[in-house]
Amino acid sequence: MVSIYTRRRIVNAINLIGSVLAMGIGLAWLFWILFTLFNKGLGGMNLALFMQMTPAPDENGGLLNAIAGSIAMVSIATAIGTPIGIMAGTYLAEFGQRGWLAPVTRFINDILLSAPSIVIGLFVYTVYVARVGHFSGWAGVLALSLIVIPVVVRTTEDMLRLIPNSLREAAAALGAPHWKIITLVTWRASKAGILTGILLAIARISGETAPLLFTALNNQFWSVDMNRPMANLPVAIFQFAMSPYEYWQELAWAGALLITLSVLALNIIARFFLRKHEQINQ
Amino acid sequence: MNEIPNLANNAKVTIHDLDFFYAKYHALKSINMAITKNKVTAFIGPSGCGKSTLLRTFNRMYQLYPSQEAKGKIIMDGKNILDGKQDLNILRAKMGMVFQKPTPFPMSIFDNVAFGVKLYETLNRNELAERVEWALDKAALLDEVKDKLDHSGTSLSGGQQQRLCIARTIAVKPEVVLLDEPTSALDPISTARIEDLIFTLKQDYTIVIVTHNMQQAARVSDYTAYMYLGELIEFGNTDTIFTTPKQRATEDYITGKFG
Repeated sequence: MVSIYTRRRIVNAINLIGSVLAMGIGLAWLFWILFTLFNKGLGGMNLALFMQMTPAPDENGGLLNAIAGSIAMVSIATAIGTPIGIMAGTYLAEFGQRGWLAPVTRFINDILLSAPSIVIGLFVYTVYVARVGHFSGWAGVLALSLIVIPVVVRTTEDMLRLIPNSLREAAAALGAPHWKIITLVTWRASKAGILTGILLAIARISGETAPLLFTALNNQFWSVDMNRPMANLPVAIFQFAMSPYEYWQELAWAGALLITLSVLALNIIARFFLRKHEQINQ
Repeated sequence: MNEIPNLANNAKVTIHDLDFFYAKYHALKSINMAITKNKVTAFIGPSGCGKSTLLRTFNRMYQLYPSQEAKGKIIMDGKNILDGKQDLNILRAKMGMVFQKPTPFPMSIFDNVAFGVKLYETLNRNELAERVEWALDKAALLDEVKDKLDHSGTSLSGGQQQRLCIARTIAVKPEVVLLDEPTSALDPISTARIEDLIFTLKQDYTIVIVTHNMQQAARVSDYTAYMYLGELIEFGNTDTIFTTPKQRATEDYITGKFG
């Protein structure tokens, strides 16, 4: 008879091998994607990419207008979505103990969080683009901020819930009113976590194509007018990658690599803050 | 039920027919007692007997949680604390509280102590610095931190953090200081320092301490209340309670036969 100890060792070994294999498969795809991106995109990475506009099929050019458009729309969408998300998340975590409003909000937010982004694009198309009659940067901003809000709401609520009640009680015991407890103590204690949530939301929207396809569309020329169709990286990549022109395809690969690197950088920054946050809480 | 020591002349807080509920659970049953001014009153009893619950009614801390409710009266300086008309935050500023686990705020040592002061007083820079030093000195922490007031409060050791919390509580100059098992998470040396501190603090403050440690109650308190299952079993001079308790249950608990 096999002793319990031997059996345990065998089961442990099987599980360990299984887990390592699963991790290997996951990582292999990731590295394959990264390798392909670098392989095809690195050639297009040059100064012209950041200096010139998106070209006609037979000309040389870069992605400057698309980069600028993406930066403009992503930063405005973040500026709109972040305060709303933080306030709503704070409401859910700090005031959401009683009543029906908080559970309903939390439920709707979860649906919004998992809603396919194309649905959000179509929604903004219907309620805004179709009404005003033209695609615009503002419509893109609207769609992107609708994606930012649920992400920030969720992370803010989660991070505030990590703050032990004893800290709130300690501030309350000194006679601090509720809003001061929140702004001076709980926000401060969870600021690294909330910041991480914002960075993750930015990372998420910088790669979104579907919501921009129906809202900001694209623009082949330099334009900083938010009220007109606006160039952006994801849609430019989509358009160029689908084209038969080799130079456009090369630009699409370079743009894809650029987005990936930016998102990677944001994720690394987010992790850095999260780690610092954990160290403080130890 | 029991005679209430010094009720007539020197009570800071009196409790009348206090009942407390956690939703449906009846946690305190008709408590009557008096807390004497400038003395230390200790609540002892086994876990779950309601001693912390009782302490938390003094500053209505239970109101942070929707399902908790207190009925009865707690009179301080002629006014019923449990009366909804009393301003809760001003009440809490008068009733300082120190918790079981040290809870430094995520800010500098200086800001931790200044936090409560800034809520209710407008002091200039020097006055504020003086107050912070005064409070840290009272809490016997000043010598250890005076060169690093800008360091994070969380960087201190557990015992130092707890003294920081005491300094923070004293800094707002409360009238009553509530201590909820303040040394249960600390080592013996830190515990001894905090007990010394309680002894000096009672000259200026009325102190109520909840403790699991009977030797601690015997060492620091003037009056002791023994509680069991939400009821006040016996209340009197600490010496009497520990040497000649009237109730059999109290005797069993303090002699270690039970609890």
